[in-house]
Amino acid sequence: MSPPVKIIGHYASPYSHRVEMALQLKGVPYELIQEDLSNKSELLLAKNPVHKKVPVLLHGDLAICESLVIVEYIDEAFDGPSILPADPYDRAMARFWTNFIDTKFSQPIWLAYWSEGEAQKAVVKETKENLALLEAQLNGKRFFGGDTPGYLDIAACMLGPWIGVLEEVTGVTLVNGNEFPALCQWAKEYSSSEALEPCHPDRDRLVAYFTENKEKYKMMAKTMLQQ
Amino acid sequence: MAGAKKGLVLLDFWVSPFGQRCRIALAEKGIPYEYSEQELLGAKSDLLLRSNPVHKKIPVLLHDGRPVCESLVILNYLEEAFPDASPKLLPADDAYARAQARFWAAYSDKVYEVGTRLWKLKGEPQAQARAEIVQVLRNLDGELGERSFFGGEAFGFVDVALVPFVPWLPSYERYGEFSVEGIAPRLAAWARRCAERDSVAKSFHPPEKVDEFINLLKKTYGIE
Repeated sequence: MSPPVKIIGHYASPYSHRVEMALQLKGVPYELIQEDLSNKSELLLAKNPVHKKVPVLLHGDLAICESLVIVEYIDEAFDGPSILPADPYDRAMARFWTNFIDTKFSQPIWLAYWSEGEAQKAVVKETKENLALLEAQLNGKRFFGGDTPGYLDIAACMLGPWIGVLEEVTGVTLVNGNEFPALCQWAKEYSSSEALEPCHPDRDRLVAYFTENKEKYKMMAKTMLQQ
Repeated sequence: MAGAKKGLVLLDFWVSPFGQRCRIALAEKGIPYEYSEQELLGAKSDLLLRSNPVHKKIPVLLHDGRPVCESLVILNYLEEAFPDASPKLLPADDAYARAQARFWAAYSDKVYEVGTRLWKLKGEPQAQARAEIVQVLRNLDGELGERSFFGGEAFGFVDVALVPFVPWLPSYERYGEFSVEGIAPRLAAWARRCAERDSVAKSFHPPEKVDEFINLLKKTYGIE
């Protein structure tokens, strides 16, 4: 029997969700351990001593950290449909764009939602430039990966369920259908995907979470932009 | 791609540790390539801007004209696109060992990221950077343990990813008032061990040159 698979994660974290998506696409059953991020568990601190963050994949006795490292591990360790493309150059492109999401895209879009006033203008501009780059990557395809979701779709999951929630909670609209029709269509494909349906986050729960943490995130954004 | 130059061209900058990662991997694997020094402090070349429009940065590996950007993406690409080139830098059949290698290779970026804050900032933010870099080096020392290389017996993926930051450490030691030998002795020994490798020695510039370059950057950014 295969060693048990668990995720130490959090329902509001798109990074945690990436891991669920990957396991879902591979058809691997798993248990999700919800972490209380305000009071980190002994288990999390033991399994991710370097970063002390979610998600962590537990595969039997093994612990793997960092969401994209975990997704590549899942692709290699389990049978099932491939997550990364087969061709080395296509793999390089997929890794380039997932790296783009984590290093150039994520922070500005987060700041764009939670900041205000003059400081917000610059991050909104940067975010729209970044969104345009991702829009272009879709290039008429249903998913970044082609007909079925792949590595970049998993990495970009924030553009699915989270965008609608953040736009509702903050009142800030960034991913509109006029400027980004392909990304909006992608979000629809994503939310109606049967393959991913079992791990779709609960929208109401996300709205409640971000509403509850609104003031905290606004303070954090303000501090970050002042530096 | 029509009219594209066949073979490998590496768009790079002499002192870039990210470029050095690629040079070292190519040398270790004995893969021939053309080195193309790029102007970064002045006007960037058309070739660089066309090849990496998103980041406009080196290194960029052009393979028959097709660009691969981001140093760790390039390292993975070399593993996969040249499967017959040896040595393999990633363990072949062990998904967990590969995951660990990718984790620590990505983590090694922190040496440069935090080190840069160390020479750029003053006061409290600099003190914070100092505390962070000491922790990073301790973590790396702990991960290395008693092994010769991060790859185990053999020089591997994490070693290639981390070793280019070694000539920067003397500068970081000075700015941060710490010693690598003192806080991470196994890592210090590893650095000396790696410097003996041909691929590493040939790509390295002496720490004095690196320090000079940091001073040049400080001038460029208007930092005292």
